[in-house]
Amino acid sequence: MKSLAAVAAALLVCAGCVPSVGGQEPGDPQVITLWHPLKDPNEVKAVRAALDRFEAAHPGITVKAVPAQDADKVTQAIRGGKPPDAALSFNASSVGAWCATGAFQDLGPWIQRDKVDLQQIPAAVRSYTEFEGKRCVMPLLADTYALYYNKKLLAAAGYSKPPKTISELTAMTKRLTKFSADGTIEVAGFVPYLGTYHSGADLFAAAFGATWLQPDGSANFADDPAFQEMLQWQKSLVDWFGVEKLALFKAGLADEFSSQHAFNTGKIAMMLDGEWRTSFLTNDEAPVDYGTAAVPVADNKPGLYGAGLIGGNIIGVPRGAANPEGGWELVRFLSTDTEALVHFADAMHNVPTTLPALNSPRLDLSREPEFAPFLAAFRHPRSTSQPATSDGGAYLAQFGQFADKWQQGKVPDLAAGLRTLDRQNDDALRLGS
Amino acid sequence: MLRRRRIAALLFLTPWLIGVTVFFLYPLGMTVYLSFTRYSMLDQPELVGFRNYEYLFTKDPYLLQAIRNTGWFIAIMVPAQVLFALGAAQVLTKLKSGAGFFRTLFYLPSLAPPVAATIAFVFLFNPATGPVNQALGFFGIKGPLWFTDPAWAKPGLVLLALWGSGNLIIILLAALLDVPKELYEAAALDGASGTQSFRHVTLPSISPVLLFAVVTGMIGAIQYFTQAVVAGSVASGSADITPSAQLPGPPEGSTLTLPYWLFVQGFQRYNMGYASALAVVIFVISLAFTVVLLRRKSGFAQVTS
Repeated sequence: MKSLAAVAAALLVCAGCVPSVGGQEPGDPQVITLWHPLKDPNEVKAVRAALDRFEAAHPGITVKAVPAQDADKVTQAIRGGKPPDAALSFNASSVGAWCATGAFQDLGPWIQRDKVDLQQIPAAVRSYTEFEGKRCVMPLLADTYALYYNKKLLAAAGYSKPPKTISELTAMTKRLTKFSADGTIEVAGFVPYLGTYHSGADLFAAAFGATWLQPDGSANFADDPAFQEMLQWQKSLVDWFGVEKLALFKAGLADEFSSQHAFNTGKIAMMLDGEWRTSFLTNDEAPVDYGTAAVPVADNKPGLYGAGLIGGNIIGVPRGAANPEGGWELVRFLSTDTEALVHFADAMHNVPTTLPALNSPRLDLSREPEFAPFLAAFRHPRSTSQPATSDGGAYLAQFGQFADKWQQGKVPDLAAGLRTLDRQNDDALRLGS
Repeated sequence: MLRRRRIAALLFLTPWLIGVTVFFLYPLGMTVYLSFTRYSMLDQPELVGFRNYEYLFTKDPYLLQAIRNTGWFIAIMVPAQVLFALGAAQVLTKLKSGAGFFRTLFYLPSLAPPVAATIAFVFLFNPATGPVNQALGFFGIKGPLWFTDPAWAKPGLVLLALWGSGNLIIILLAALLDVPKELYEAAALDGASGTQSFRHVTLPSISPVLLFAVVTGMIGAIQYFTQAVVAGSVASGSADITPSAQLPGPPEGSTLTLPYWLFVQGFQRYNMGYASALAVVIFVISLAFTVVLLRRKSGFAQVTS
């Protein structure tokens, strides 16, 4: 009887400190299931290599990896009560919903117990992986953005360096752009038309230092003048090209992931894109002599140069996992073990998500000159991320919709339009709260 | 005896009763219940009174646009599809030779999976590289931007619907072939012209089938989703169907239909409670259209000889 009481007491104490361990005893042979969204054979191989490293460091544990499982499938599995022990997702915008509803387990008790140092992760990255103070996922490799430029086209136009400011970008765009006899765009210096590859409101807003949400989570479009400055600049450059010409140009571009990408073929001289493009350019053997540089920033905010938007993959332990303790061990290892991160980042051509991994002399990416702006953006203290909301970051879609109407010339009063957008966004957010 | 007969009747009705309860009444009841809750599908539903309906009728910035688009499909796509199918079926009845070949040819497109057919259509109508605009250019016509222009995206989808209306063509063809020949002979003896015999013989004879075509077409238009989502996403250059950070229904919300908005709210924004309220609205609209059409069915009543 006494021993039963002792066991009950121990269970109660244990229940207070960390989530249940799913009946696993340390030392027992375990199988951990990991779902990830990657499909490309090279990427699947990179995941396997990372898992082999984990298994070598954890004798008796085997990890079963299931590829091509996107955020929807993970959510469905959580709803159905049969989720994997750990899940990796591209979809950082779901963090708000996943944390708020407990769909992913609170990692706080484990982080505390295992004394995981979160300061090794930059603030912007910590911010998109937690929601209202609750950390339910860890970052696993990040994406940062830079300006890609065609060295030959720039040299032909008399430029030896890429632009650093928005006004330099504008002037160079105009000089680099070539129209054909029928008025269509032959070569675009830079495409300001939203939705063309990665010319998006999200990256432009970061270049102007705009802040998406107020501290209380409400929308900040009308109150932050950076949004108006960004939209005014973007529209003036769109108008210089002609909005119809840009729409036609965009419609004729090859797919983002094809070897006929317009940057590869010299139809676009400068563009914003993520770090993964470097490996696509190499793998496609693109016949373009290119360089990378930090994203040009608003003329009145030179301090932003080098900083940028950070986004990335997340990994966590779903609610209802059969072996949550094993799932957490895998999450902890993959997201914080320096060696593991360095190898995984090198294999995936993504930015590693901790500062020790970033500064590791073994990181091959740090020796690639084209990769330097991406690593620098990750380190930069003024880099930002898109905050999580409970409705899956709907504010971004709302702003995208508004910005598209704006570039088509269908918003007569910008300030009033942004105020309405703020109100609509806050109403929508209240709906799900 | 009566009781035994009632029990027997009930027993015979059981499969239907189970079907209706499990697949219609229960989902309908749950949808109505969920429309009064906040429900992310990841935790338990929480009653919130009329909040979803209040947002729906007073604050939703996209609802009106979605209703307008769905209304456009009902008003334009359904009649266009029925008229096109009727015309095609009429032509097929007149063919002297190769009827089997042409019937197969007209029916074939409806076998193409909707997603594949839509993607192919977007490529065909690509304003910069697609063969349609190149052909138009050959005749000196400057083609529109089709799926990248908010004014042309919906007409593009109507063309896609016409191309894929093989099912309807076959149904109408069967109805046309079913019209008694004696009626045409009688009309001819009375001196009726081709137009007059079509109006006074063909149309009344096939009116039940036309009613069926209009009602199912309308319900299909109210539920119009796959083609709108795929065309919008592919034309906007996205590799992802409805990426969460993108505006719904590109270009400029012109392909945002009611079911599309329901999908975005329920599955991308975790607002299944609100999506249920939208589903209730869609159900009421479908019901209203069906009731109105069936009440006016006297206009479609079959002529009896």
